[in-house]
This record gives sequence, structure tokens and C-alpha cells, in this order.
Amino acid sequence: MRKLRILIAKVGLDGHDRGAKSVAVGLRDAGMEVIYTGIRQTAEAVVSIAVQEDVDAIGISSLAGAHMTMFPKVVRLLQEKGAKDIQVFGGGIIPKNDITELNKMGVGKIFLPGTKISDVVAYLKEAFPN
Amino acid sequence: MTDNPDELERLRKIQGGDVRTASRLIRNLEDNLPEAKTAIRQIFPHTGRAHVVGFTGAPGAGKSTLVDAMISVFRKQSKTVGVLAVDPTSPFTGGAILGDRVRMQAHAEDPGVFVRSLATRGALGGLSRAVGDAVHVMDAMGKEIIMVETVGAGQQEVDIINHSHTVIVVLIPGMGDEIQAIKAGMMEIADIFVINKADRDGAGQLENELISMLNMVSEFPGGWRPPIMTIGNLFDAAAFREDVEKLADAVGDHYRCLVETGLLADRLRRKTVMEIHDALHDAILSPILTELTQSGEMDRITKRILQKESDPYTIADEIAGKYARDGKRNRMIN
Repeated sequence: MRKLRILIAKVGLDGHDRGAKSVAVGLRDAGMEVIYTGIRQTAEAVVSIAVQEDVDAIGISSLAGAHMTMFPKVVRLLQEKGAKDIQVFGGGIIPKNDITELNKMGVGKIFLPGTKISDVVAYLKEAFPN
Repeated sequence: MTDNPDELERLRKIQGGDVRTASRLIRNLEDNLPEAKTAIRQIFPHTGRAHVVGFTGAPGAGKSTLVDAMISVFRKQSKTVGVLAVDPTSPFTGGAILGDRVRMQAHAEDPGVFVRSLATRGALGGLSRAVGDAVHVMDAMGKEIIMVETVGAGQQEVDIINHSHTVIVVLIPGMGDEIQAIKAGMMEIADIFVINKADRDGAGQLENELISMLNMVSEFPGGWRPPIMTIGNLFDAAAFREDVEKLADAVGDHYRCLVETGLLADRLRRKTVMEIHDALHDAILSPILTELTQSGEMDRITKRILQKESDPYTIADEIAGKYARDGKRNRMIN
């Protein structure tokens, strides 16, 4: 059976990783293999790690307002590396208007504060049926 | 050799160092896909050049941080590096958090470094079943140094010796007295001991215990007495770097010793025997177990044993007899 592999990433100057870790543990408990990058990664590093780890998706946690720069950059770099099959989703403090923009740029679902872990699990299981 | 164009292209890409192709193959190996085994058959003739260095030791001993520091030293020597870092799979959910590379962030953008995390997926020896083949993949990519990091290991998780040419056992002060040092298992497998976090209390005592333990060994294979390297506080950056450089030198010395004394051939033989065991397990035992489970026979024999109508040894003999007979018949038909 195919095991889901998910990269949970913190990008840019953003050190609050309680949420990222909670999601990582939740996905672990749902039977997924979760690679965690640690905080303050560049978009380049995140994409490089995603390719090295052959993940199905990258979940980016953003609480410092850089989402409109960082999310599209990750999507673009994935395309450049021939890895656009790796999906990008995210969560954190992100205004509703920006979510529409991000979706247009090729970013998947954005989870806001109050999300249940089971919603993230359901989203990923639907996106990657075995 | 294959003449399938897709398979040839994959082989060419891996030999060219293509990370995406290699990483996908490693994943297919982990997922035990039949096509992955075909790929290993093809890359196998192109392996055998890398120096494989294993790191093992208790959780939190500092293995990942040391591997990270060693990457820097090897990169300064212009060597290409592969890292396989193993973390545990949950026995309850099958999930895993793979966090070793959090300590290896500095190298994420260096194309000369390929770090791949693996979950144990039920393997008990401190590694994952796919590690042996993943080493072959990185070797075929042309990685000159491949570092394999075990899960946080205790006394018994010694599979690392089957996969590395040089085994580094990472210890920290305060984990026990000299009786721990003379026990079998982990303490026997080191080619190099590292006393990590050596600025902490008890480092001197640990070193003395290791020395007395080594003094009890009557003969070291190839005359290699495992050196004891001490590595101090990471935040004392200059001294730390110096310590790690000395460790890298010791790794190089050990490899030369292996080559000069012919011990390298012994290690390769050990790995090959283990690979034959694993492949036979996959080829013979796995299909039998699958068939027993799928046909419902496994439930029936479990019930018979639980009701004391039979016992596991009698059942095993019956099954072995049946398959051996079938095998013989098949051979005769062929």
C-alpha cells in the first residue's frame, strides 16, 4: 500500500511552530509519514526537501504575513524543478481575500484557526486516494 | 540487462544523480512495489564505490547534529554526500514524524547533498527494510560518502553493521556504569566511539570505562582498536568544528585500514549474506504467509493451535512439507 508522505514547513521569518507541530502529530496519528523542516526555511530549501523526500504534498504554516510571497514562490519553484505534481496547501493567519488569490495561483486548501485536525486528514485522504 | 527504454532512462537518470528519480525509487522500495526490485537489479552492477558510514546511539545522543557537522566537513573536501536518516514508525497507527533533517537545515539547498528520511515501518533492528537498497541507489548516484543514521537505539539494535563499512557509536555521559560498557550488542559494534556532549559531567568517567572495556579485548580484527573521540559543546563553535574534523579523519583512517587489511571484503560479504537472507525471505516465506492469510488457512491453523489440537512446530513442519513437495513437483513438471 502507498503510504502518504507529507512535508510540514515553516517558511521565512516566522518562528511560531506550535500549529505546524500539532498538524504534524495529527497527520502522524492518521498513519502518514510526516517530514518536518523546522522553522525559518527558504522557499528554495522547502522545495529541495520536498523533492529529496518525494512527498505527496507540502503543508506550509504561516503566521507572520508573508504568505502572498512565500506560497506562490514555492509553487513556482516546484514547477521549475519538474515537480508540480507535489501539491501545496497551508494554514495559519491568512485573510479570506488572500485565500482566493492563493487558490488562483495554484495553492490548495488553506486551513484557518479553529480547524479540526480531522478536516486536514480528510482533505489529504481525498486528494490522494490510495 | 534491460532493453526497456523507460528502465534504461531511469538508470541513466539515477547514474546522473537525478534526485527526483532516485527519491521516487526509494519510496517505491519502501512501499515494496515489485517494479522497485526490477530497478535494483539494474542498478546493482553500478554500486560498490561509496564509503558507507553508520551512526547509532541512544535517542538524543546527538546523531543528527553530528551527521550535519560531518556533511560540512565532507563537502569542504568536495565529496558528494548522501544521508539516510531513520526515525520510528508508530506501532499503533503506522504514522511517523521524520525530524532528523531539522538538524541538517544548512545543507538543504546544496545540490551535492541528498538527505532522505525513512521510517522504520515495523523493522526492529534500528533501521528500515529499505535501507540496504536505498544505500545502493545513492551509491549508483555517485555519492562518495553515504551516512546512515539509525533510530535512537539501545543495546540490541545492531542491524547497522550489515549496512556500513564504518560504524560510529555515539554515547553521552551519564547513561550507566562500566557494566553497561561490557555488555554484548551495541558496545561491540563500534569502529569508532564518540563521546558526545563531552562538556557535561561524567565524560571523563565514560572515557575511562570505554578504555578499560577496550583493554579487555584480546585481539582487534585488522589491528584496529576503536578510537574514542570526544566532541564538546556545539555552541563552542571553533572547538566543535575541530572535534568533528578529527572524527572525519578517523573515519578516513578506518576506511584505509579496511582496505589495507582486507577487512572490507569481509564486511561486503556480511552485507551480501544478509541481502540473500532478506531476498529469500521475500521470495519464499512472504508468498507462503500471504497465501495462508488470503485463503483463510491462517485462521484455521491459529484456531487449531489455540484449541490445543496442534502446536506451532507441527504446523510449521506440515506447511514446510507441503510447500517443499509442491516445489519438487513443479520442478519435475518443468
